[in-house]
Amino acid sequence: MNEMILKFPACSENEVFARNAVAAFALPAEPTLSELSDVKTAVSEAVTNSIVHGYRDRTGWVTVFCRLDGASLYIEISDEGRGIPDISKALEPFFTTLPSEERSGMGFTIMQTFMSEFEVESKENEGTKVKMSKRFSAGQARNAG
Amino acid sequence: MELTWSAQGDNLYIYLAGELDEHSVAGIRECADALIDRNAGLSRAVFNLAGLKFMDSTGIGFLIGRYKRLKRYGMGMYLEGPDKSADRILSLSGLYTLMPKIEE
Repeated sequence: MNEMILKFPACSENEVFARNAVAAFALPAEPTLSELSDVKTAVSEAVTNSIVHGYRDRTGWVTVFCRLDGASLYIEISDEGRGIPDISKALEPFFTTLPSEERSGMGFTIMQTFMSEFEVESKENEGTKVKMSKRFSAGQARNAG
Repeated sequence: MELTWSAQGDNLYIYLAGELDEHSVAGIRECADALIDRNAGLSRAVFNLAGLKFMDSTGIGFLIGRYKRLKRYGMGMYLEGPDKSADRILSLSGLYTLMPKIEE
C-alpha cells in the first residue's frame, strides 16, 4: 500500500503536472497503457474543473490524494472553491455553465466512463471533492496468463 | 501544443501534436481560426490528430468551436488519426456525427 498527497495552486499549467504525477504514482500496479491513459484523462478533467469552475476568478489550492492498494488506485481531488449548486445537473452530459468558452460539458461523463468508481461531493461556497477509483487488470495476472 | 498545416487540392489539413488540455488549447485556438479564415475558399478541413499524445474534454470544445467556424464558410470538417484514447472521447461525445472520421 502506498499513499500520496499533492497540493498545488489552481493554475492551468498544473493540469499536466497533476495527471503525470498520478500516472507515475500508479506505475507500480503495472497498468496497461490504456488504463493509464484513462486515469490521466480523468485526473485532468477533475483538476481542470477545480481551476476553471471551482476557483474561476480567485486563487486557491487544489489537493490530490492517491492511494494505491494492490491493483486498485483511489483518487480524491478537492478544492475549496465555489462548489456546485446542482450536482445532478452538472453530471448531465453536455451541461456547462460556460458555453461561451467552448467548454464541452463532458468532463464528469468522461470521469464516470473512464474510471471504475466515481462520486462527487460539493457544497456551495465550500468546495468540491471528486472521489474515483480504477481497478487495473494487474500486471502479475497478465504475465501469469 | 504544435499546429502545422498544408493545403492539398481542395482540402485544408491541420495537424495537431502534443498534449491538448485547457492550458495548451489557448495557444492554438487563434492560430487554427486564422488558418480557416485564410483558406475559406476550400471545401473541407481535415484535422489530423495522430500527433496528439493526450487529449481531454477540452479537445471536444476546441473541435466544436472550429466546426462552427468552418460551417460559416460552408466547409465540411473531418478527423483522422486519433489514438485509442482520443477515439473513445470523440465517440463518447458523439463528435463523429458532426465531423466524420476518415478511416486510413
